[in-house]
Amino acid sequence: MAAIVQAVGLSKQVLSGDSPLTILHDVTFAVEAGESLAIVGASGSGKSTLLGLLAGLDVPSSGSVLLQGADMFALDEDGRARLRGELAGFVFQSFQLLPALNALENVMLPLELAGAKDARQRAEDSLQQVGLSARAHHLPKHLSGGEQQRVALARAFVTQPKILFADEPTGNLDAATGSQVIELMLELNRAQGTTLILVTHDENLARRCGKQLRLAAGQVI
Amino acid sequence: MNLLHLSLNLLRRDWRAGEWRVLLLALVLAVGSLATVGLFADRVRQALQQQAQSLIGADLRITSTRAFSSAYREMAQARGLQVVQSRTFPSMVAHGEQVLLSEIQAVEAGYPLRGKIEIDDGDVHATKAIPARATVWVDERLLRRLDMQVGDEVGIGARRFTVAARIVKDIDQSVGFASFAPRVLMNEADLAATGLVQEGSRISYRLLIAGDAKQVKDLRAALQKHLSGNEKMEDVRDARPEIRTALERAEHFLGLAALTAAILAGAAMALAARRFVMRHLDGVAVMRCLGAQQTQVLWLFLYQFILLGVVAVLLGGLLGYVTQALLVESIASMREAILPQPSVLPLLKAAVSGFALLLGFAFLPLLQLRKVSPLRVLRRELGLPEASGWLIYGLAVGVLALLFLWHAGSLKLGLAVLGGLLAGLLLFGWLAWLLLHGLARNAFILDSHWRHAFNNLARHGRSAAVQVVALSLGGMALLVLTLVRADLLQSWQGKLPPDAPNRFVVNIQPDQIQPLRDFFARQSLPSPELQPMVRGRLLSINDRAINGDSYLDQRARALVEREFNLSYMEQMPAWNELTGGKWWGRGGGEQLSVEEGIAKTLDIHLGDTLTYDVAGSRFTARVTSLRKVQWDSMKVNFFVIATPELLKDFSASYLSSFYLPPDKVRAGDELSRAFPNLLLIDTGAVIAQVRNIMDQIAQTVSAVFLFTLLSGLAVLYAALLSTQDERSHEAAILRTLGADSGYLRRLHLSEFAVLGGLSGLFAAAGAVLLGWVLARFVLEIPYQMNFSVWFIGVIGGVVVVTLAGWLATRRITRLPPLRILRAD
Repeated sequence: MAAIVQAVGLSKQVLSGDSPLTILHDVTFAVEAGESLAIVGASGSGKSTLLGLLAGLDVPSSGSVLLQGADMFALDEDGRARLRGELAGFVFQSFQLLPALNALENVMLPLELAGAKDARQRAEDSLQQVGLSARAHHLPKHLSGGEQQRVALARAFVTQPKILFADEPTGNLDAATGSQVIELMLELNRAQGTTLILVTHDENLARRCGKQLRLAAGQVI
Repeated sequence: MNLLHLSLNLLRRDWRAGEWRVLLLALVLAVGSLATVGLFADRVRQALQQQAQSLIGADLRITSTRAFSSAYREMAQARGLQVVQSRTFPSMVAHGEQVLLSEIQAVEAGYPLRGKIEIDDGDVHATKAIPARATVWVDERLLRRLDMQVGDEVGIGARRFTVAARIVKDIDQSVGFASFAPRVLMNEADLAATGLVQEGSRISYRLLIAGDAKQVKDLRAALQKHLSGNEKMEDVRDARPEIRTALERAEHFLGLAALTAAILAGAAMALAARRFVMRHLDGVAVMRCLGAQQTQVLWLFLYQFILLGVVAVLLGGLLGYVTQALLVESIASMREAILPQPSVLPLLKAAVSGFALLLGFAFLPLLQLRKVSPLRVLRRELGLPEASGWLIYGLAVGVLALLFLWHAGSLKLGLAVLGGLLAGLLLFGWLAWLLLHGLARNAFILDSHWRHAFNNLARHGRSAAVQVVALSLGGMALLVLTLVRADLLQSWQGKLPPDAPNRFVVNIQPDQIQPLRDFFARQSLPSPELQPMVRGRLLSINDRAINGDSYLDQRARALVEREFNLSYMEQMPAWNELTGGKWWGRGGGEQLSVEEGIAKTLDIHLGDTLTYDVAGSRFTARVTSLRKVQWDSMKVNFFVIATPELLKDFSASYLSSFYLPPDKVRAGDELSRAFPNLLLIDTGAVIAQVRNIMDQIAQTVSAVFLFTLLSGLAVLYAALLSTQDERSHEAAILRTLGADSGYLRRLHLSEFAVLGGLSGLFAAAGAVLLGWVLARFVLEIPYQMNFSVWFIGVIGGVVVVTLAGWLATRRITRLPPLRILRAD
């Protein structure tokens, strides 16, 4: 199978005071469609930076990322946004639901941005899949952490993305709720055949992914 | 369509969450205050105009010593204008054995076209009617001098008339001081029967015209070509210099008041927009992450803004309309004056200004949102991109500048306020930042909560500086308005003290000077200041002969076609101000001093030589000084003053102005009897009218000031809201760490007190500076710094900001910290 995500010589440097600080150094790897990859490492090892670059949320100092063969950084900011909209779904540690929109509207958001006509129906189906139909009209602040992350999962899967980027999806949840959310995420992942790229420092969770990429001080070890 | 739907959906949700309320409130308040000020000023301006019109009884008045060509009336009627004619002439009025020379005015039905005559026919009332046939209305002076009452009979020419009413308030009086005699108003239809109108009679014809302003203007332009040398056309603007000055000042002032409201509204909106932007960073980052493009983000907000703008303009316009109506109702003199309805123009102006404010202060900062990095979903510390900040602030300033110039109604006023504002913004911002850091560094000597407060402010130096700048801007505008207002009122009312001259006496012959002084002494009146007067015609300027045809301007034509009243003196009158050249000392040779207004009209400059013809002999002298004259001082003023050497050999008469107290009115009558050749002119009526106009302006300004104050409070509200999120988050953390609510309260109050004190200090500094600039260069009144402004500024700032801050944050200190942290 062809690689859906490919990182080639990815480096990121930032200025710390006057001296450059290397956050990522020459990271190269590939993930094939339908695979799951866990990026693991200690705090500050560059996990989230790598995820940001893979999703085209940030630009590297050098190197490139190919999503389904398209060079992310040959595109401008809007081009990368369009590509993300077409290919990617996201789950974040801090859920990142829009506080002014209710659960259903949050799930509808990526569909509406993409101009989908049947946004409401698909969002309702997606909420049903995560077992939150009854809470569809609640605002995020009226949902528990676990419920908010399930809404985030519904939003991530509603566009049937080819790739799901997840940044510490259980970081803000207690163990039991976190475990439920992970089960749900993996199940949806399997059902849709989505490629999963997951940042975590939870070794148990990492082991449940097909591949692991271990980072230390910005380098693959 | 989906984007519009999403946009409106977001708007609805944001509205539910309260996100738009502050911005909408600020915009409604902005449009509301602009509309209020605009509509109110429009009505007052119209009323002032009408009131001033009542002085000439029309929009346009033509006077002549000969009967008018019927073409004038036809030209006016063809434009749909109302026309009435009146004839005025001097004649004896007889009552019993006594006779008195009076000014008789015969009027047609419909007279006067503007204003109302107030009469007392047993009941004092204003009327639009004219005397019935065989009756006359006479003024108080005639009743008093002829010892008669309403109901008595008088003889005028060959006819007898019943005095049907006493004239309480007259209008359409002669311009200048020709109206020296008691007035009698009669019906035009009775005129022929008196037998007084014959060949050679001294009759002054007046054609009064009124109607649609544009048509009147057109007619004025058309008539200008037709007028002969003995016909004079005047409207309210050139009818009386003192009224013109009052109107111009009123317009400046109302423009300034509108401007203040606009500045404050802009500041409130900028703060509200900043909060809106900060609260939408996360949402936009998520949308960008989910695939939203920059143009999509832009349109999401554009749709919302257009809708917000439309709603705010409608609500603001409505608010403005209702408020100005309530305002008018609440001021007794306005209610009684029955102000004309406002035109729709101020509403349109407010609407356009509202959209401009939205664009300049709110939308442009929001444009930055489309550039929010999607990476913020992973790294929350990423804020707004800074790069385009200058462009955005530049555009905001540009929009403000245009609004200023527009609302000020005068380039000079707009630029003065704008310049003061920009300079103030930069200076205040920099000083605030500097002071906050300086205070924080030295705060170690203070109590814990004060130290914490100063450190907090310094840590958020930029944000605190922005708040100080916004608050001081509001404060500055408020203080400027109070300062300038006080100065202006002082200047006006100072010029018209209660004992301002109310009588002019002219035609005093040199041999009457001493007897006149003796008469004043006998009546216990202060000895009058007498000014010599010589009448002369201006023949040439710099040896270039001039006449009416030398000028296009009607006023200039009229001026050179009649004789000037020249005077001579050694000392410049104290109520004149030298604006160019030098005043002569004793033995100044042959020099002239010209009033700057007439110099401009006639294109006379310092150093020019003027040639005059006085009673057949000529003299030529150089203009060595220019003077500014306070026409509204009611004192004797001359356009041209010469050195005594130049004029003392010509025969002169003398004139004087003096104050005749109400209890000594009879002394005036005795003066007329003792010196029959003297003309005693009652200027009291004119003074009363000018004072009435000024009082109305003062009341208007005070009322408008209330709205500026409201806008200032909106700035404060927006400033407090803009930091509320940060403040509650910090409070939650401090409470988690053990701070009790008393400590938090002291901390917050200390921060607000420092912010308020600094804002007040800067507001006072800015107000003093701007007040001086406005007074000196725009309103042209002397400026005296009011030291209490510093005290009021600082104490007011501390009290108002602390109180408002306490009201806004008292909830924070009581909420359980977890609720706040979870909500974050």
